[in-house]
Amino acid sequence: MINGNRKTSYLEDEQILNNNYKKAFVALMVALAIALPIFANDYIILMASLVGIMLIAVVGVNVLVGYTGLLSLGHAGFVAIGAYAVSIIHGLLTGWGIPDILQPWIALPGAMAAAALIGIVVGLPSLRVKGIYLAVATLSANFIIIFFIEIDTFAQWTGGRLGLTTPDPNFFGWVLDTQREVYVLIAIFSFATILMVQNLFRTRVGRAFIAIREKDYSAEILGVSLLKYKLTSFAISAACCGLAGAMWAYFYAKILPEQFELALSLQLVAALIVGGMGRTMGPVFGVILIVLVPEILKITMGAIGGGSIEAAQLRAPIQEIVFGSLIIGFVLFEPLGISHIMDRFFRALNRWPFARG
Amino acid sequence: MLSVKDVQLSFGGLKALQGVSFDASEGEITGIIGPNGAGKTSLFNVISGFYKPSHGSVIFKGEDVGHLKPDARAHKGMSRTFQNIALFRGMTVLDNIKLGCHTNLKANVWSSLLYFGSAQKEELKARKEIEEEVIDFLEIDHIRKAPITALSYGLQKRVELGRALAMRPKLLMLDEPVAGMNREETADMARFILDAQERFGTTILLVEHDMHLVMDICSKVVVLNFGQQIADGSPQEVAHNQNVIDAYLGQAG
Repeated sequence: MINGNRKTSYLEDEQILNNNYKKAFVALMVALAIALPIFANDYIILMASLVGIMLIAVVGVNVLVGYTGLLSLGHAGFVAIGAYAVSIIHGLLTGWGIPDILQPWIALPGAMAAAALIGIVVGLPSLRVKGIYLAVATLSANFIIIFFIEIDTFAQWTGGRLGLTTPDPNFFGWVLDTQREVYVLIAIFSFATILMVQNLFRTRVGRAFIAIREKDYSAEILGVSLLKYKLTSFAISAACCGLAGAMWAYFYAKILPEQFELALSLQLVAALIVGGMGRTMGPVFGVILIVLVPEILKITMGAIGGGSIEAAQLRAPIQEIVFGSLIIGFVLFEPLGISHIMDRFFRALNRWPFARG
Repeated sequence: MLSVKDVQLSFGGLKALQGVSFDASEGEITGIIGPNGAGKTSLFNVISGFYKPSHGSVIFKGEDVGHLKPDARAHKGMSRTFQNIALFRGMTVLDNIKLGCHTNLKANVWSSLLYFGSAQKEELKARKEIEEEVIDFLEIDHIRKAPITALSYGLQKRVELGRALAMRPKLLMLDEPVAGMNREETADMARFILDAQERFGTTILLVEHDMHLVMDICSKVVVLNFGQQIADGSPQEVAHNQNVIDAYLGQAG
């Protein structure tokens, strides 16, 4: 038990932020998120928005892969659905003459619902297969989704290989036409997503997911329907990715099908593994690392190569190598991820200087 | 309460159960005994819905539950423990027991995501009940926040009983609840089983190899041998039944 962490009611004990470290961390993050658009330069805003978008998606991946124990390598497909759905719905609504100010309120839930529906369909194999077989099934789903986006038949809606442009969303009459403004939207949704997913895991629905991960027959005997909860998990997970896709579309204004291919799916799962699967803070640490690594590489390689073309060409393969080694390293030496390292650190800090370990 | 009627089950050519029939009366403890491989656990799996019998029916509270899956049977009030502990090892004791309440809670995805309001109210009520009725009753308050992996075998068995009881089951099936326990732990477990029966009025089915326990706490005993039901009746009747003596000790000369 952490010093000074006495509970006097069940209500206190059931809080998410049940100790002062957690409270302080969240307060710090909120303060940072509010301060950024006022003080930060465009580059930092870009990085923070990327972290936010990826975070929403990885929190979704965590629901399915981390908590429910169903491995998916197709989540980039759901991000694509979200991104394309939001653009297409905006286009349709404009065509029907719906005012701009109402559009996001239909487009955002629409994008999440579309992703959730596709998620349920993609999740159907999970009722039969597990582990690596499910990973292959979801991976093919990713390819199929991208195939349908690129195919000429649907190009009049999806723009085919040329991609789509998303209009600037209008919230309460405020048009978010710069990245700095969209950042605010992304920050709000990031916090909201994490909070809601946390809520899920302190009620029966989230517990049922974890039960399925731990021992599916035991979950069944307690009344957890595998059919219902596996598909629910897929739906929630895909909806989060859909939201991330929608934010992506708003932020970049231009989307291309090749942005949502296997590489992104792998990146999402990599972030989760590095951060810590099935842990609240896992996605947060993982995403920060996965977004920072390419940037650090860019800076260091730039410094070493002095801006030469050869150095720039080497960057992409080196980045892949670094990601690969990170995953292998974490799987071998710290399967519970950065979040476990942090837990240990705080436990040690809390006992210091009286005991170690 | 529960009646099993002429249940037959086979795996390929192996006949695991050949026409097992018995009734478990409400509020009483019925023991199922038999040598290893007699089909006791198979019978449990048929009753809880993991195996579909090739013939026969399982009637629970006057209703044929043969077509229901295990989770639907749980919603009808069936609960069980497993021979080789099936707790959720990555979770704490408290979360395991909370999962036992799954069928009694109502929150859906939407109210869970929002939490504040109905879901929170329900969670706090469940927590209070668990603390007062299960954790206190089973004397496991000191380990409520401990992960399952940190617990001894005996305590894990006790937590599994707690998880099954948290459901407030009408029928509780215990698969070897005292296997591998020492005398003191066995006595504790026997006390918990009897208390549970008395306090909650639960009907209990008990598979166990510990004959002292079976003879002491069961009001009725069913004996299986190679998938066949060779005897049933009160513990005294069964203990003096020639078939049972033969099955356990081997036939004389």
